[in-house]
Amino acid sequence: MRLVVDLNKCQGYAQCAFLAPDVFSMHGEESLVYNPRADEDQRERLTRAVAACPVQAITADGLDGPAGASAGTTGEASDDR
Amino acid sequence: MTADHMDWLRREGRIVIVGASLAGLRAAETLRAEGFAGSLTMIGDEPYEPYDRPPLSKAVLLGKASPHHTELPHRREIDAKWRLGVAATGLDLAGKRVRLADGDEVEYDRLLIATGVRARPWFNEEEGRLDGVFLLRTRDDAARLLQRLRSARRVFIIGAGFAGCEVASACREMGLAVTLAERAGAPLVGALGGVVGPVAAALQTENGVDLRTGITVTALEGDPAGRVRAVHLSDGSEVDTDVVVVSLGSLRNTEWLSGSGLGAGPRGIACDAGCRAFDFRGIVTDDVFVAGDVARSPHALFGYQFLSLEHWGNAVAQAETAAHNMICAGADRRPHLWMPAFWSSQFRVNIKSVGVPSMGDQIMITQGSLAERRFVGVYGFKGRVIAAVSFDNTRWLEFYQRQIERGAPFPVEYPTMDRRPEGRQPVDADFPDPSLPTHGPTVTLSGYSPADQQLVFTPARH
Amino acid sequence: MTQASLFRRITDFANRADPYPLYQELRRTPVLHEEEDGPYIISSYWDIENLLHDPRISSDAANLAAAGDELAEAQSTGLPPSFLRLDPPEHDRLRRIANSAFGPPHKPHRLDSMRGELHEIVDGLIDGFGDAREIDLVDQFAYPFPVTVICRLLGVPREDEPRFRSWVDPLVASLDPETRQNADEEFLKAAQEARMELGMYLAGLTEQRTKDPQDDMLSDLADSRGPEGTMTMMEVMSTAVLLLIAGHETTVNLITNGMLTLLRHPDILRRLREDPGLAANIVEELLRYEPPVQIVPQRTCIADIEVRGVTIPKGSRIWLMLAAGNRDPERFKDPERFDPDRGDIQHLGFGSGIHSCFGAPLARMEAQIALSELARRLDDPRLVEDPPPYRPNAVLRGPRHLRIAFGGLR
Repeated sequence: MRLVVDLNKCQGYAQCAFLAPDVFSMHGEESLVYNPRADEDQRERLTRAVAACPVQAITADGLDGPAGASAGTTGEASDDR
Repeated sequence: MTADHMDWLRREGRIVIVGASLAGLRAAETLRAEGFAGSLTMIGDEPYEPYDRPPLSKAVLLGKASPHHTELPHRREIDAKWRLGVAATGLDLAGKRVRLADGDEVEYDRLLIATGVRARPWFNEEEGRLDGVFLLRTRDDAARLLQRLRSARRVFIIGAGFAGCEVASACREMGLAVTLAERAGAPLVGALGGVVGPVAAALQTENGVDLRTGITVTALEGDPAGRVRAVHLSDGSEVDTDVVVVSLGSLRNTEWLSGSGLGAGPRGIACDAGCRAFDFRGIVTDDVFVAGDVARSPHALFGYQFLSLEHWGNAVAQAETAAHNMICAGADRRPHLWMPAFWSSQFRVNIKSVGVPSMGDQIMITQGSLAERRFVGVYGFKGRVIAAVSFDNTRWLEFYQRQIERGAPFPVEYPTMDRRPEGRQPVDADFPDPSLPTHGPTVTLSGYSPADQQLVFTPARH
Repeated sequence: MTQASLFRRITDFANRADPYPLYQELRRTPVLHEEEDGPYIISSYWDIENLLHDPRISSDAANLAAAGDELAEAQSTGLPPSFLRLDPPEHDRLRRIANSAFGPPHKPHRLDSMRGELHEIVDGLIDGFGDAREIDLVDQFAYPFPVTVICRLLGVPREDEPRFRSWVDPLVASLDPETRQNADEEFLKAAQEARMELGMYLAGLTEQRTKDPQDDMLSDLADSRGPEGTMTMMEVMSTAVLLLIAGHETTVNLITNGMLTLLRHPDILRRLREDPGLAANIVEELLRYEPPVQIVPQRTCIADIEVRGVTIPKGSRIWLMLAAGNRDPERFKDPERFDPDRGDIQHLGFGSGIHSCFGAPLARMEAQIALSELARRLDDPRLVEDPPPYRPNAVLRGPRHLRIAFGGLR
């Protein structure tokens, strides 16, 4: 699964790093490092991380659910995939 | 432009996007999201589908991501015809055609140019070809550099802008000996000025980097086998090395437009706030749009200066605006009013900024302390807050962003939490003379538009 | 209805079961100041969000005491304030050390590795319903679950619960603004003593961990070689008290409010039963729709600030009405509707900024597991009374009991 984090939005709340520690990790206090290509077995954890992001900064494809498309500012309702 | 024509364009027009990276992809998605049903062609010189670049100097070098797998997720299907691995080589404005390296031509009704930038190569081509000398911009660059670093012991990095500093940081985590050379007095001085620069310098030296400032590299020396072996410096010294990373900022990919009649040059492609490109006469076109690193556009909030922003967030926002405007008429168009913002991560410290620090003439440390490397610095320009930077203090930045949006007065007279004695008075922000070249400021200021300066800027809610 | 009564109505118990019409009224005066010494009450989403990131808004208990908050004053005589009631740089230092025992970057897998254990605890509690066809969700599930978890996490023996509960209860009661307004000296002193005794109890455990470290947070907090520096014993005490209390009082309400809301929306409960993956979005929407912390009543401004044209003078107390902001139609479409499918759930349930909920990831995990398992295992669950009886507290709002009838266990 591909993902990208808008690190301008990210404020280091680390919810993703708690909930999906094998995809996201904190490098120091507030800087986030992540694997933009998460393994399929991380799907559930990734879904939870995307939902939990307090600033809705994570975009992932191949995930159903509203949060997957939330980074868009153009009003699309959901990811088509 | 008649409404009929716009309807036709949205229904069956042909849109071509040159540049298949972040801005190109987000523009394509926006076009489809807003109902564009015509044909869409994506042209990219690299043979890969759009991938994300920031991880290349961070997560990839830290071993947390593969250089081959930073492809961007798609927000939606874009149903495009992809022409990857084929560079655009020319533009026929009158004939509305893009020429490709393989001789093909692609016709358009609307064109978006998002060709971005490339790494500035080492000035001596022969030295630049030595085995072990690297640039870092593309995923191929990253893959090659990473592979070499795994067997290297010593790395020499030319240029202490953000990218150079990030590479230095990653190399230290890999346990390599690192020398970092910078023409200015400290790292990041071009982007953040001479007050914050020393903090970045201390980060480097305390983490074991051999930092050489106020110095230039005069030559790269190879061994008989053509492998780089040493770097010569302007103070006459010589440093042995296995790898050289040239990190001297970027060049805008506009050469393919020379002679096209478009207002494109080394500083980028000038466009209006609606992302429409200017031709070389300064007249705005109505079918050619620009977005991302290659664009220069006037920003109402910063004195209508034409800003070129090599910022990830700018690429996304400008692409969305350009795409929207490409398929909208007059009053429905939007200006690109993105608040400049960027981040960097080095030695586990998170550096973020909003606004345009390099416009600042003064700075105040309003929260925290430089010595502790946890602080917020606020930049002022002619009595107004113009930018802010944070080191490991990102959660306060949105407050300062609003101060910038409102043109709040500077100096910051009101008390703030964790204000230290050092932060009571503004000091000279100490930016180098902009006419001197520096390594990689992320914002370039280049000229003024004649527009009226009385507009009110209303920030978009995110 | 005169406007002058709005502030009092926030704490009025009559509004506890459904405070949302009141919040709607509050938003009509987004900066409300009714009584000379009273707080400025902020109710709209964007204002709250802005103030949570405003470096002129202090959480320091000392500033609050100066602004006339009696409890803050009383607390200044006992244990030092926890990081919840401190500003940077002390807040940052203590929170960083506490975090080094809790999560990334130093303990990235601590929480994730407890997932299996959390499931076992939940299963055990549900099995414990036995042949009953009616339960009180609060006493039989929503309270014991997070208490067990926070005890494991900190390293507090579960069997000591009756002991620390006698200290926790008066402490939590003292956090209620209504109680505080009407409290006498004795009550506040008792709360203060309870906090001290709880601190002493936790200090004793920490002392043991210094000699014999275990895989728990108290051991890490006691470790003088911690990666982010060390706390004094007094700081360990106030931090541990904070974590123990915050670690269960709020989660009880999140789970109870959650089940109550799901039982009022049976279609969504049904969907959750069929797809436990829905729990993540359900919990986020719950944090918007029925947040367990309704109000942040502990801020003061250290400068004159302007909000929507109103100048709030330096030294004023500020209440941030998180639960009102969460239903602000300027921010959310159709805000009064519980809709886990809304694409945009950027709620204020955990606050935001430097004081955003420390235990948020744990609360999320607990609520997701609790709700999806209850949905899966309770056959044909129904509310016995609606609305249920509520606790008095307006800040940490939730039912005192939640009686649920069901056909059996699956």
